[in-house]
This record gives sequence, structure tokens and C-alpha cells, in this order.
Amino acid sequence: MASENAQQAEPQQPKAPHPVTQSIESVGRGFIDTIAELGALVTLGFEVARWGVRRPYRWQNLFFQLDFVGVGSVFIVLLTGLFTGMVFAHQSSRAFEMFDAESLVGPTVALTLTRELAPVFSALMVTMRAGSAMCTELGTMRVSEQVDALETMAVNPIQYLLVPRVIAGLVMVPILTLLFDTSGILGSYFVSVTVKGLSAGTFLSRTRQWLDPVDVYEGLIKGAVFGLAVALICCFKGYNASGGAKGVGKATTEAMVSSALSIFILDFLVGVLLH
Amino acid sequence: MAATTPSQPIIEIVDLQKSFGENKVLTGINLSIPAGNTCVILGGSGSGKTVLMKHMIGLLKPDQGQVVVDGEDLVPMGAEDLERVRHKFGMVFQAAALFDSMNVYDNVAFPLREHRGMSEAEIRTLVRSKLDLMGLPRSAEEKFPADLSGGMRKRVGLARAIVMNPKIVLYDEPTTGLDPITTDYVDEMILAAQRELGITSVVISHDISSAFNIADQIAFLSKGVILEQGTPEQVRASRHPAVEVFMQTWFGKND
Repeated sequence: MASENAQQAEPQQPKAPHPVTQSIESVGRGFIDTIAELGALVTLGFEVARWGVRRPYRWQNLFFQLDFVGVGSVFIVLLTGLFTGMVFAHQSSRAFEMFDAESLVGPTVALTLTRELAPVFSALMVTMRAGSAMCTELGTMRVSEQVDALETMAVNPIQYLLVPRVIAGLVMVPILTLLFDTSGILGSYFVSVTVKGLSAGTFLSRTRQWLDPVDVYEGLIKGAVFGLAVALICCFKGYNASGGAKGVGKATTEAMVSSALSIFILDFLVGVLLH
Repeated sequence: MAATTPSQPIIEIVDLQKSFGENKVLTGINLSIPAGNTCVILGGSGSGKTVLMKHMIGLLKPDQGQVVVDGEDLVPMGAEDLERVRHKFGMVFQAAALFDSMNVYDNVAFPLREHRGMSEAEIRTLVRSKLDLMGLPRSAEEKFPADLSGGMRKRVGLARAIVMNPKIVLYDEPTTGLDPITTDYVDEMILAAQRELGITSVVISHDISSAFNIADQIAFLSKGVILEQGTPEQVRASRHPAVEVFMQTWFGKND
């Protein structure tokens, strides 16, 4: 009897929207959410800037983050740079061999490294190493009410927690980019000169001939932009995490994906703007 | 600094309303808490207790209404003014919310280092006096929050909340998740803090026995309104159906 009633009542329920309408709606909603989140991210960026210039300056927190983001990443950045330079030299010398232009391996690797690969890879390494830690740490502090506790003790959490992390990203990624440049070029020197038998003089003079300081500066600007973006995104995701351990995990995943994507998108945008 | 006489309300909430989206959490709270008292806000889960408490310290902005603390309305205040007012408060969180990157000593010293230009020697004296008041041994100072039991964490949280000598201490469900003996101990701590330091305590709780142990005043919150407010005896004798049902869970039906 009851089930009969239920069956009779069913047609009176509002009709489910057409699947096509539904999918358009969900795409639209996703788009709106993304724009809203981007807006919130930029707003947080301005808040960080506003609180960053205000007293008190907590040097200890800043140096801790500079150490964590920068010094802590030196080894993996050097290692990544070394292997990137070596692989790149190896592959490009195979190509250049075909038309007897091995002497151009040095400049090719140096240019690609300084302008593109060094800032992108350094920022990616910092994202994976320091960004993930930032996001989980802030997320855990948020869900365990430590952020609220700071606020009730009249300490602004943006100033106390976010400012040093974002400054560390902004300052340290360009420096790591320089280290990446150095170890990458050393790596390519090793492969070209020691393994492929190119003369050291040729490698160095050709590289010097083609590589301009402007190329290095471009990489540094990119490094600063990526460092700022990555630190801000990871802080934003962690700071706004909710829903316990699962929420922190979700925030970290999103932070990693968004950071990596933003590096590639910004790489293109900055590259276009600089030329 | 104007001295507040005991009868004067230190927190006065007028027609406080707050919704999250469609969900109306507070629908017109009127509450006044006299200085020097211990006021327990009793209510079941989802009655809006925590939301009410977060308004008292300005962590949330209401849709409508006033929150007057020590003569100043928090609602129109910006971040800078709120920080100033928050110096009058200490807050004890449900899960203590200790900074897990710092040891017990540094947790309690944190507000002093942030706000008072004190020497480390002065800080040590103050921190130790609060830790002693909470009955924490010297050996606990070097421990990290992760190594402490729930009851210990609560005590450290309270020591941190009172280290700046606030006028008001807010307790978010201080006895939730504790065994009966530790619950009694925490109640005793709350009373000790009030007795020794003359603090106004605001406690939100669903623990009736603990509420009747410590309260000078009980406010009964249900579905976003205060149904009953008065001394424990007055609330106990309330004829309001929702209050009666809640009281019966502890005192029994025939009592």
C-alpha cells in the first residue's frame, strides 16, 4: 500500500532538468567557482602585502621560512639542475651532430636553462618540497583551531603565518633559479666536454658568445613571479582548508595541481610580456 | 581604566542574529553577563553555542545586533580595534588549539612575547606562576602538545589563556571528551582561575553536571535563542518545555 502511494506521488515531483542543461549548468558553475576562487586568491595577496609592511616585523619567522624554502631546497635544485643540463646536452648533441654543429650545444642548453627550465623546474621543486609542507601545516593549524587561537590572542594570522612564507617564496625561488642555472650549465659542460669530446674552449667561448645577462634576468623575473604565485596558492589553500584530515589532504592536492598549472600558465604570460 | 563594578555587565549582547546561507543559526540573542561571574551557556549540539561565542570575541560578524564588551560595540570595529579589544580576552578551545610547533613553555609564553616588551626572566616568572596555578609540573615545560594527555592539554590551554591577565576568559566546551575525574579537575581549574584572578568566565557546554558545579549564571540556548537565563536554581526550576526536557536527561524525570 505504501509503495503504491509512493509510485502515485512520483510524477508530481519536479521534473529533473534535461541532461544537456545539467551539464551546461555544471560547466558554468565550475567556471564561476574558479573565477570566485581566483578573486579570493588575489584579495588574499593584497592582504598579505598590506600586513607585510606593517609592524611588528617578525624576523625570526621570516628567516625560518627563508631557510626552509631556500636553503632546504638547495640540494634537490642543484641535483635536478645537474641532471637536466646533462640530459639536455646529451640529447641536443645527438641532434646537432647530424649537421656538425656540436659547438652550439653549450649555448642552446644555457639559453633554454636560464630563460625557461631553471625558473620552471626550481619553482616546481619548491612547490613539491616547501609548498606542500606550507599547505598541510596551515591546513592543520586551521582545522585544529590554531589559526583562531592566534586571532583570539590578538595576533593577525595573515601577518604571522602567511607573510613570511610568501616573502620566502618570492625571494628564494629566484636564488634557486640561479643555482639551477649554474649546476645545469656545469652538467652540460661535463657531458659535452668529458663524454662527447667537445673542446672546453669551444664550449665556453660559444656559450659566452650567445648567452646574454638579459637571459639570466628574464629567468630571475620568472622565478620571482612563480615563487610568489606558488607560495600564495599553497598558503591560500591551506589557510582556507576545512573538514579535518580529509579536508587538509584535499586542500594539499588542489594546491599542488593549481601551483603546477599556474607555473606553466605564468611562464607563457611572463614570456609574452617580456618581449 | 574604568573599574567595572561586579553588577555591571561586562558583555552585553543585544538582538544578535546570524545566518550562514539559508541556515539561521542565531535568531535574536539577548544576553548580559555581569563582570566577575561565571556564566555557562548550556545547549545541545547545533544550538549555536560556538557561533555565539565566536561573536563575543569578534571572530564572526553578525548580520544584525550588538556585541558590547566593556562598553564598546565590537560589531562596527575594524581589524586594528578588534585586536585591542582582544587583549581583554583569553580563550580556551575545545581541543586546546596549542601550537604544535612549540613546547608547553613557549605556548604559554607566546602571548607575552608577542605583546609585552618583557625580558625572558620576567616572562619565565609569569609563565611558571600560571603553570603552577594549573598544577603543571616543571617536567612538562619541555614537552610538545602531541605528547600530552587531553587533560594536560586543557590545562596548558587555560594557562595560555590567562597568562595576559585577561578580564574575560571564554571556554569552548571545556569538559567535552574528558573522563569524569578529569572533568571535575577542569571544573576546579575554571573556578580557581576565577577565584584567584577575578576573571569573568563564559563557558559554553552541554555538560549539565559541570554547568551546575561552576555556574553563577546559566543561559539556556536552543535553536538560536536564549530560552532561559538566571541562577542555576532558577534554570533548574524552569517550566519551559525544552529546558525541562534537557534538564531531565541529567536530573531524571521524577526529580
